[in-house]
Amino acid sequence: MTETIAGFEAATGLFRVLDDAGGVFPGRDPGLDDATLTQIYRALRQLRLLDEKMLIVQRQGRIGFYGEVKGQEATPIAAGFALRHDDWVFPGLREGAVMLVRGFPLATYVAQCWGNGRDVQKGRQMPSHYSGRAVNQVAWSSCIGPQIPQAVGAAWAMKLQGHDRVAVGFFGDGATSQPDFHNAANFAGVYKLPALLVCQNNHWAISVPSSAQTASASFAAKAVAYGIPGVRVDGNDALAVYTVMREAAARARAGGGATLIECVTYRIGAHSSSDDPSRYRKQEEVDAWVAKDPVERFRRFMYARGLCDEARDAALTEALSQEINAAIQEAEASPALRRESLFEDVYAGLPWHLDEQRSDLVGRAPAKGHGEH
Amino acid sequence: MRKLRYREALREAIAEEMERDPNVFLMGEEVGYYQGAYKVTEGLLERFGAERVVDAPIAESGFAGLGIGAAMVGLRPIIEFMTWNFSAVAFDQILNNAAKVRQMSGGQFTCPIVFRGPNGVARQTGAQHSQSFDAIYAYIPGVKVVAPATPADAKGLLKSAIRDENPVIFLEDERLYGVTGEVPDGEHLVPIGVSNLVRQGATATVVTWGKMLPAVLAAAETLGREGVECAVIDLRSLRPLDLAPVYASVAETGRALVVQEGWPYGGVGAEVVDRLQRECFAQLRAPVLRVTGRDASMPYNKHLEDLSIPSAETVVRGVRAVLAY
Repeated sequence: MTETIAGFEAATGLFRVLDDAGGVFPGRDPGLDDATLTQIYRALRQLRLLDEKMLIVQRQGRIGFYGEVKGQEATPIAAGFALRHDDWVFPGLREGAVMLVRGFPLATYVAQCWGNGRDVQKGRQMPSHYSGRAVNQVAWSSCIGPQIPQAVGAAWAMKLQGHDRVAVGFFGDGATSQPDFHNAANFAGVYKLPALLVCQNNHWAISVPSSAQTASASFAAKAVAYGIPGVRVDGNDALAVYTVMREAAARARAGGGATLIECVTYRIGAHSSSDDPSRYRKQEEVDAWVAKDPVERFRRFMYARGLCDEARDAALTEALSQEINAAIQEAEASPALRRESLFEDVYAGLPWHLDEQRSDLVGRAPAKGHGEH
Repeated sequence: MRKLRYREALREAIAEEMERDPNVFLMGEEVGYYQGAYKVTEGLLERFGAERVVDAPIAESGFAGLGIGAAMVGLRPIIEFMTWNFSAVAFDQILNNAAKVRQMSGGQFTCPIVFRGPNGVARQTGAQHSQSFDAIYAYIPGVKVVAPATPADAKGLLKSAIRDENPVIFLEDERLYGVTGEVPDGEHLVPIGVSNLVRQGATATVVTWGKMLPAVLAAAETLGREGVECAVIDLRSLRPLDLAPVYASVAETGRALVVQEGWPYGGVGAEVVDRLQRECFAQLRAPVLRVTGRDASMPYNKHLEDLSIPSAETVVRGVRAVLAY
């Protein structure tokens, strides 16, 4: 597909940059400067730590639900660095944090899980459904898959308006069974759209293993049928994901069309705060993937590069911990939502029938009569 | 004033709005090269090109989803369903996405999109081609629903729908496409959410919309010859409703009938009846009755199909029943 991964068995191989020890495979270094590598490491560590703290918050009953990213941090973080700020992001459950990399304030992000007055979505989404207009990121739909054709629609809009922006749709291995995946890949192929379809193959759709979702040789191999390139990449290798996304985005910007990217990873944690994975999978399997942990691998890389060491790491942990604690505190202490806000944003403007409902709620006469506009 | 067919009025609305706003585009099955399954989009591909008049693969959920994504980032799509029956395949995109984008994003994102196509009974096309989706879509907060009965309203409402900042469900009718009517020259907009008193009458009030309007008007003519004068109100918009003219008429007549093509259970007609019994209880001199389609899936057999849908004759019977109470 590109010079960097030329000759590589894209759809059935596994594109890697980092080996398990954190070393770089020859000829695959994406050439990022030290400052960027340090930022990527910081973002990976931040997301891991944020998950740990938010899960505790959920267990304490302070929020109702939480969707952990643990084990899958490399893809959203690498995406945040590989994409341009004006590209569009349509995440699934575990890619919300792309927007953190793209400058969305942490406390406002966390406030989404409280759904209070600081939440930009005004408390209308359950936790872990983040979005931010300021960073071109929409929220995913709780049904599995609808965001994929929507991302392709955004790519259509970019093409029609003559922008060189791309749209990225994220989804899990389970979502590839949905008609929406087929629709998205098919339309992206037929119209040759600047879209990246990114499948996080974390091997489990709640309790259903990826082997029960498809008989295909890989998820990336499905691209062949849609006439678009498919790339299978080590999803626990932030630099590999960065390299592949960067190249796919560049190709899309240049009019070369869409790419299906399968990020091979593993959900180390539970599906959500409502799930107990020990009921359906073996601990040995989890342990094997913990050994390939994307954050730990990047840590080894940073140490080997001389960009981090135990002392600097400890300081980073402390700084991140304080930052996240402060954000959680700030988010939780944010003001409540006005009850009248229930009827805002249902439509542009307030039609008479909603004015009637609002008046009923707050106990005063409606401002508008039946059919008044 | 010119006389236009309903389909020509729709086409004129689409063309004028595409001319006015480069962000408007049309996508659906057979809309381009084939000129539309019902020729609504005839000539538009030649005029606007394949990037704005887009022949889609056969995947209603796909092009509905594409349209929603495009709308969220700044375009104004018109999505044509070959019939509303096929929108069932795209229901998740409409119900869970188009209708909810604005509210669930806290107003950060909007979804100005028009879903349009023929609704209801097309005559002898069987149950899966003959359903009225009025009630199903009018039930959903976040969308507007319109059902024009005349060429003038078809044009004026479609132009308003394309300019609307909300998703609009635009219910056309296969059997109205060939109907001719006067359409004002020049810019012609009909606001969404405004009903129309089509016929004056002091004896009974008949409320209807869409394809039932011609049957209701025919019934009103028949009754008029007997001295029974029916006021006829065409709702035009099913969400939001505009019932002020209905209340005003019922204040005079004290008797009302609602006529709808779709199934009787729940629905827009039932909503109108509920509002009437709350708002006009003191003026009503009889229960508000409904004439509706029969509560069964539509048969292909012509005789049985005739028995399944309202007609001028059953509307006449309905008005007589209201008067006889």
